[in-house]
Amino acid sequence: MPERRADVVDPANWTCPAPLRDQGVVVMGHGGGGALSAELMEQIFTPAYGNATLAGLADSAVLELGGARLAFSTDSYVVRPLFFPGGCLGDLAVNGTVNDLAMSGAVPAYLSAAFVLEEGVELTVVERIARSMGAAAEAAGVTIATGDTKVVESGHGDGVYVTTAGVGLVPDGVDIRPSRARPGDAVIVSGPIGLHGVAIMSVREGLEFGVEVASDTAPLAGLVAAMLAVTPEVHVLRDPTRGGLGASLNEIARASGTGVRLQERAIPVPDAVANACGFLGLDPLYVANEGRLVAFVPPSKAEEVLAAMRAHPQGAGATLIGECVAEHPGMVVVATGLGGTRVVDLPLGEQLPRIC
Amino acid sequence: MKYIDEFNDPQLARRLLDEIRATATEPWALMEVCGGQTHSIIRHGIDQLLPEQVELIHGPGCPVCVTPLEVIDKALEIASRPGVIFCSFGDMLRVPGTDRDLFRVKGEGGDVRVVYSPLDALELARGNPDREVVFFAIGFETTAPANAMAVHQARRLGLSNFSLLVSHVRVPPAVEAIMTAPECRVQGFLAAGHVCSVMGMAEYPELAERFRVPMVVTGFEPLDILEGIRRAVRQLERGEHRVENAYPRAVREEGNPAAVRMIEEVFEVTDRNWRGIGRIPASGWRLTDAFRAYDAEHRFDVSGIRTEEPAECRAGEVLQGLIKPTECAAFGTTCTPRTPLGATMVSSEGACAAYYLYRRMNAPAVQTGGSAQREEVAPVA
Repeated sequence: MPERRADVVDPANWTCPAPLRDQGVVVMGHGGGGALSAELMEQIFTPAYGNATLAGLADSAVLELGGARLAFSTDSYVVRPLFFPGGCLGDLAVNGTVNDLAMSGAVPAYLSAAFVLEEGVELTVVERIARSMGAAAEAAGVTIATGDTKVVESGHGDGVYVTTAGVGLVPDGVDIRPSRARPGDAVIVSGPIGLHGVAIMSVREGLEFGVEVASDTAPLAGLVAAMLAVTPEVHVLRDPTRGGLGASLNEIARASGTGVRLQERAIPVPDAVANACGFLGLDPLYVANEGRLVAFVPPSKAEEVLAAMRAHPQGAGATLIGECVAEHPGMVVVATGLGGTRVVDLPLGEQLPRIC
Repeated sequence: MKYIDEFNDPQLARRLLDEIRATATEPWALMEVCGGQTHSIIRHGIDQLLPEQVELIHGPGCPVCVTPLEVIDKALEIASRPGVIFCSFGDMLRVPGTDRDLFRVKGEGGDVRVVYSPLDALELARGNPDREVVFFAIGFETTAPANAMAVHQARRLGLSNFSLLVSHVRVPPAVEAIMTAPECRVQGFLAAGHVCSVMGMAEYPELAERFRVPMVVTGFEPLDILEGIRRAVRQLERGEHRVENAYPRAVREEGNPAAVRMIEEVFEVTDRNWRGIGRIPASGWRLTDAFRAYDAEHRFDVSGIRTEEPAECRAGEVLQGLIKPTECAAFGTTCTPRTPLGATMVSSEGACAAYYLYRRMNAPAVQTGGSAQREEVAPVA
């Protein structure tokens, strides 16, 4: 037993390390949908590409082309495992891009599908993914019109990567962008959050949460059409995928220069998600979704839009979770169930399970 | 859900808050020792709901925050070695060493893996006999039994490719260090429920008596924390300084004897450095001589790594409640959650990180990451 010398602790001498400067290499957090992803866009891609369209940082670009307003989006899918409760890489690759188009109010029409296959992957796996893509495209009312395939040597990939791009037409009178959020807007989420992220975690990490949690992967274009049928005055739509609801709301708050205030008790978190997050020390607000949207709607239209959403299969669990405010611009704040508040910041990268 | 929702009930919380308000007739400063409690306090906004007379000082109980820079540098060195599978709890991956973190090592090709238990790392060692598997064994008394069990099992199974990089810390010596430091403002403690569920309560009466502070063993849900505060304030108002168990559904007087036996078989008490604080005698554990073969520091010969921590921030004073985070010159300029200078900004539940967010909430303009502008705005907390 060492000698006890508590007198050595003098706070005047308590010190701290020098700060960690920016990473010089790509780290996993750059793909996490948080602050690191945003910095990659702001510091590397946007300056390199040099156009104003990118600067909106919406899920899809809306372009004027041949007299039409075309929504255009692309996304790569690198999920592991390839098959999970509720879906697979194929569903995700179709629904993800369909939803990115729908978030600008577009009616998705055509997709491309580019595969990067790793040498040694069984063809039955490729076939299952392709079939699920065909089925998902049919369900979403889009056509996979073009594609490409590349093969990389064994060990240089992770089985199967898919990149989809898509186009769709934006109806007249619809202008949905993150920067259009206005103080007073109702903030609505289309259903329970966190299911996709927990489903993936449960199979990836071999964790059991009492009940099987299935991904919520689903196409949302039909739900968006039902909302726009009520009013074209929907200000913002976002599908909170990587980084979850927390990241999406932060992006909207920053793009529009408004604040967001949520009521914690109103946010629909399924028990299984709450339990899994409690167990792992994660915040459900940052867990990925693949079949949910968050909408900013003028207060005068909120009830009607909510009713239309609830009448649609993909919006049955739609809930008013908060409002857009003029205070604390660029920030998302949650009124806790006990009456306090906390800030929901943009996550740095991917959430990490906490030790305690 | 049973045992969670019940401890989140807003009406019961209001009743407890009313009682605390009615009880506190003068200012009291309580320290919650455990980072898990700090997280719950911040997450539920409990600190904003308390009456002005009751101040919570966030203690040094986040194992991620207090793991010394030197140990992180050793982890980075080991994780960079070819043939090593370096396993860690998730939140250690982003904690900065001198010039990088474990994410960076992973990005440079190191095999760094997040596990949920040291026993997962043990399984990796069994399945990869040609690789060296190292588990980063950090944490307080709460995580020590499982880490001890992993080493115990490794020896039983004859696994020679498994080792621990140990940086365990103990609560009682930290309490003693805080109470004997000059200008200490702490008048009562919420003792960490999970630590006591392992170690029991026997170590605390002597501290409560010597420093004349109430010590209330407290849980982690909002009502647990409010009940702990209520009891601590009640004792202070009555001039008492006893150890109380406000978390009986998880903590027994004797703790978990089997877990304690496992710790004592594998670990022995040693002095430890705490990040942002300094050396605290007898405040940690290391592997005993009998288990030295499983000590990664020796196996990978990194004992020689010595890292000096340049004095640039005042986390130690913040941890003691001597200054508010905003009184530190580095706060919000050179020190942000993205570029943390010290322990209290490293963790999302550190006092400085919490203040940083609240201050931004009241700032007139959005401050994006990396900005070095300072806004003179008081926190709401």
